[in-house]
Amino acid sequence: MKRVYVNEKWCLACHLCEYYCTFAGTGEKDMARALKGIRTNPRIKIEEKDDISFAVSCRHCKEPLCVKGCITGALTVSDGVVTINSDKCISCFTCILCCPYGAISYADDKTVLKCELCIRTADRTPACVKGCPNGAIVFEERG
Amino acid sequence: MRVVKYVIIGNSAAGIGAVEKIRQLDKSGEITIISSEPHHTYSRPLISYLLQGKTDEQRMKYRDDDFYKRNKCTFLAGKTVTKICPDNKYVELDDKKTIPYDKLLVAAGSSAFVPPIEGLDTVKDKFTFMSLDDARKLQASLGKEKKVLILGAGLIGLKCAEGILDKVKEITVVDLAPRILSSILDDEGARIVQDHLERKGMKFILSSGVKTFDGNTAILDNGASVDSDILVIAVGVRPNTKLLAGIADIDKGIIINDRCETSAKDIYAAGDCTQSVDVSTGQSKIMALLPNAYMQGECAGANMAGADMSFAKAIPMNAIGFFGLHIITAGSYYGDVYTDKKDGGYKKLFYGSDRLNGYILIKNVDKAGIYTSLIRERTPLSSIDFSLICERPGLMAFTKEERVRKLGGADL
Ligand SMILES: Cc1cc2nc3c(=O)[nH]c(=O)nc-3n(C[C@H](O)[C@H](O)[C@H](O)COP(=O)(O)OP(=O)(O)OC[C@H]3O[C@@H](n4cnc5c(N)ncnc54)[C@H](O)[C@@H]3O)c2cc1C
Repeated sequence: MKRVYVNEKWCLACHLCEYYCTFAGTGEKDMARALKGIRTNPRIKIEEKDDISFAVSCRHCKEPLCVKGCITGALTVSDGVVTINSDKCISCFTCILCCPYGAISYADDKTVLKCELCIRTADRTPACVKGCPNGAIVFEERG
Repeated sequence: MRVVKYVIIGNSAAGIGAVEKIRQLDKSGEITIISSEPHHTYSRPLISYLLQGKTDEQRMKYRDDDFYKRNKCTFLAGKTVTKICPDNKYVELDDKKTIPYDKLLVAAGSSAFVPPIEGLDTVKDKFTFMSLDDARKLQASLGKEKKVLILGAGLIGLKCAEGILDKVKEITVVDLAPRILSSILDDEGARIVQDHLERKGMKFILSSGVKTFDGNTAILDNGASVDSDILVIAVGVRPNTKLLAGIADIDKGIIINDRCETSAKDIYAAGDCTQSVDVSTGQSKIMALLPNAYMQGECAGANMAGADMSFAKAIPMNAIGFFGLHIITAGSYYGDVYTDKKDGGYKKLFYGSDRLNGYILIKNVDKAGIYTSLIRERTPLSSIDFSLICERPGLMAFTKEERVRKLGGADL
């Protein structure tokens, strides 16, 4: 299965992936307009310290602890992609307790936020990958 | 090959984990899942959210409506197993029907402990808070003019309180322990959460128990009395072990090994009815929490279906919130302590002998799972940047090689 992988050597800490991710979630056409004045709630987040930086998003683990631990059944795996049913999620944060990558976050008390590999978008290519100017985030099949 | 007969007692997290794993590995075996509760599998922790109006009976289903059909399993709803016959390998139901098994899973969960308090039988409206039926009954008796007394300031008592606070006149919570949530919080953390709940309007009487009930009046052991219209008893839960009495080894819970096997042949157990090794201390104990229940059920299911799976990473761990204040805790609280109270939050990390043993996070719970994994995996703290990770959990604290593995896919 194709997943998002990160090569920290090429990451510029430009945070564009975070903007593209938030934008993809809005369903709008124009990025500048869509993001004007809103707090970005990306499902991918840059970690940075000194001159090291890299993006972290859901790994879509083969044995996902978040799905196993989910107390409501809101997190499921469909065709390898860990997806969230926001209708069922009650923001108990058990998935945040379980995820060893720190890849699940929250914005409000309605539902948690996580990467779904842009499966709900038209061309099914993650927006962070398309938007990364330096090839530090890739979408590919690896063993 | 002969078709294997799988029988599962309990239709909740542990039982469902087993069904999913068995079906993944064995497409033709016969699975029968039996439950005293006459409901489609539902999320037990959501009963308080149901009363609060944050979910409904459809959305709180733990799995989709077609779950049993899709997994080709027979669901016997509203049937209670009364007896297990390990010699002839069958279980007997309350309607006297018998069901043969090759592999049996006991995932019978736990029941509310009701302490023998004098005069309890004189209290008219009293409830436990463990099941959908309990929640429906409690809901039917709520009212804006009613006063509620909750016995027990643990997870279940306080979730119940949160669920009904704005549906009743007032809530008083009484507990023998000197602090609330005593199983997951230390004194200081408990104080923060108690202040928050008091600001929302709950009242607490701690370090006190009820000596006697006289109808609607509870007389406490310090002599004070509390009047109420509704009593909720949430002082603790007890594992349902009775079915295996005399058949398998039982301590407080049914004793299982890393493969979720009991001491009896072809009988497995998982979830709240069991006790197993907590890797944060190395001691055997009950860890009655949903993630553990699911993962033990899954492990039992795999082994019942002939695979070889081990679940040796159980630790106490909990995510809970009250009116928007989030609390995440895991592991055990011993060793040296790192404390951080920045920005109105509360963080304590407990560590020693090069390992993280436990943590408490209140308010800022970002990336808590990174701490959880350090405990579960017993990661040597000398192999990471511990002072950085104390400050903020992140993958940055790991070595470059480790990060490349984690983000490059080698760990999946
Ligand atoms: C109000 C509340 C809030 C909670 N909140 C959380 C939370 O936030 N996070 C968390 O991790 N955990 C929480 N828990 C705990 C969690 O619900 C349990 O850990 C989990 O449900 C355990 O699953 P289980 O499958 O082991 O057992 P259970 O869910 O207890 O299910 C066991 C089932 O077996 C059935 N059964 C028992 N004996 C028989 C028999 N002889 N014949 C047939 N059927 C039988 C029972 O009727 C029951 O349906 C909460 C619990 C409650 C009550």
